[in-house]
Amino acid sequence: MKRILIIGATSAIAEHCARIWAARGDALHLVARNEQHVQVIASDLKVRGASEVTTYCTDLSDMDKHEELLSGADYTLVNVDIVLIAHGTLSNQKSCELSVHETLAEIQTNALSTISLLTIIANRFEAKKSGTICVISSVAGDRGRASNYVYGSAKAMVTAFTSGLRQRLYKSNVRVVTIKPGFVDTPMTTGFKKGVLWAKPTTVAASIVKAIDKKKAEVYIPRFWQLIMLIIKVIPSQIFKVLKV
Amino acid sequence: MTNSTKIYGWGRYPQQDAYLHTPTSRASLELTAKQQNSILARGMGRSYGDSANALNVLQTTYINHFIEFDKVTGKLTAEAGITLREILEVIVPSGWFLPVTPGTSYVTLGGAIASDVHGKNHHSAGTFGQHVESLSILLGTGEVVTTSTQHHADLFHATCGGMGLTGIIMSATIQLLPIKSSLISQKTIKADCIEAACEAFERNIDATYSVAWIDCLSKGKSLGRSVIMLGEHAEQGGLEFDIRQKVSVPFSIPSALLNSLTMKAFNSAYWYRAKHNVSQTVSLIPYFYPLDAVGEWNRLYGEKGFVQFQCVVPKLNGVANMRKLLTEISNSGEGSFLAVLKQFGTGNENLLSFPIEGYTLALDFKASEAAIKTVKKLEAMVVEMGGRLYLTKDAVMQESTFKATYPNWEKFEAIREQYGAIGKFSSTQSKRLGLA
Repeated sequence: MKRILIIGATSAIAEHCARIWAARGDALHLVARNEQHVQVIASDLKVRGASEVTTYCTDLSDMDKHEELLSGADYTLVNVDIVLIAHGTLSNQKSCELSVHETLAEIQTNALSTISLLTIIANRFEAKKSGTICVISSVAGDRGRASNYVYGSAKAMVTAFTSGLRQRLYKSNVRVVTIKPGFVDTPMTTGFKKGVLWAKPTTVAASIVKAIDKKKAEVYIPRFWQLIMLIIKVIPSQIFKVLKV
Repeated sequence: MTNSTKIYGWGRYPQQDAYLHTPTSRASLELTAKQQNSILARGMGRSYGDSANALNVLQTTYINHFIEFDKVTGKLTAEAGITLREILEVIVPSGWFLPVTPGTSYVTLGGAIASDVHGKNHHSAGTFGQHVESLSILLGTGEVVTTSTQHHADLFHATCGGMGLTGIIMSATIQLLPIKSSLISQKTIKADCIEAACEAFERNIDATYSVAWIDCLSKGKSLGRSVIMLGEHAEQGGLEFDIRQKVSVPFSIPSALLNSLTMKAFNSAYWYRAKHNVSQTVSLIPYFYPLDAVGEWNRLYGEKGFVQFQCVVPKLNGVANMRKLLTEISNSGEGSFLAVLKQFGTGNENLLSFPIEGYTLALDFKASEAAIKTVKKLEAMVVEMGGRLYLTKDAVMQESTFKATYPNWEKFEAIREQYGAIGKFSSTQSKRLGLA
């Protein structure tokens, strides 16, 4: 049995990871903003086989509360084996362009709050010399594009931060797994036309759990995104600036 | 957020544009329903025709949480969008099974109730709705009520089998069936004509499960030759359960490959392969859900899809009437890979529930003008015989047929009126059948 802390537990991807862990009989601690929603998920995970489910409600963009939240998790789960950080919003690029406030708020939710959590968790895990930290970043962080560069730059920060953290914590036996999903068919993306590039949250969750089991470093999900992003990254900026991708 | 998408049932016919609404919680479901003038709940889209088609559909995909499972009493409460497949994964290892199950596990709890589905044990266990202890439903008035045979019984009997037309089922409590093993003891019997098949059903009325695969293309003396499969839950063998990796049909098969020749060959091969009076032990999944292993088997019928025809004819003169229907089908040469025959037990109080005591026949026709003509002809014959068609399979039934063969439709409409469903919940099918 593993003890797993899930931050952003009401996200579709996190919920499906939790269902896999529940079926394995793991103990889960769920952190989310919406009390009612997280309670529904907690009852569900108990029926699916989780040995223990506890919840904690907080607004993750309030970074002053992170220390308290993580102490609670340590207390409830005695020793956390795995942390999954999955919270976030899909920024509205157009309205961000018109508002400094909104742009910074998106950066705060998708990058700064994650980095705040990671800083605290990293020190705890480094001290106890064990644990796995898994963070959901995005392929959008690989290169800024006109259609979603606010979200993309926040995710770029998360990717770079976890890359450094992975190196730092390696010698302390702490593993950092960066997940880069492509398009995922979740409630967050209901407004989009879905094509062949879209993956189901159940598939993505299964790959995430596998990446954690195997202590992978950086994983594109589904894997073909690695090739797509490789191509996108090598396009010279002089050419990239006129492209519509 | 919503967008307009092409939707269709499992038969891929007919298709229509619809706005999909996908709430993520029961609270947001209520809000979504309130915001639309007219809406219809849709689960896995496994009804065959247009009964889950509407301009505004509310996808219950994310309303799929377990609420409570008592492993001692076998009472399970879950949200309506959960699939029977997910339920099986949790309950079988604890020694419980669905009291009634249709031939696929890819349907939702809400869909199973709305269609009042039946299974191979209809003759002894009745329909799915008969095992629902209570259900919670969002009405057209915006109110959520819990209903059972004791509480708002009229609403309950209209909702079980009510095709989603009384409101949106949000959650339900069902009583599960205790099992000692995840295995089924199966016995196969061959019957060389329809009369022998019906006799075999009668002789084996005490079997828990019984169903027949029927060759709907054979003629004359061997008209209606069948392979009857009886089943009992095994007493031993453990509760291990593995929902196996499925193999999908990756694209629509060119429909030319599915013609009367290949179908005849398939049907004959199936018949000759089967061995008479053989008993064996099989796992639950292949026994109850043989086609689930083939992923999207509906694509076998090509781009245009197919229409399903499922009728029931009363027991009185049932065998002779079945022979008439089969003669018509085999003469048309349109028949299908998979035709199923079963003896039904008595009907229930649910107003639009399909089963009545008698014989039911289900088969597919590759969608074509000729096939639809055959189906219409069969429809007229079934009306004459005092039978009816299954709404969940239907895509072409006439209003007059529906109203003549579902005599409770006026009572159903009165209850919809009383609970604020008229105008609020409707489907393409309900409009075709003349429901308000």
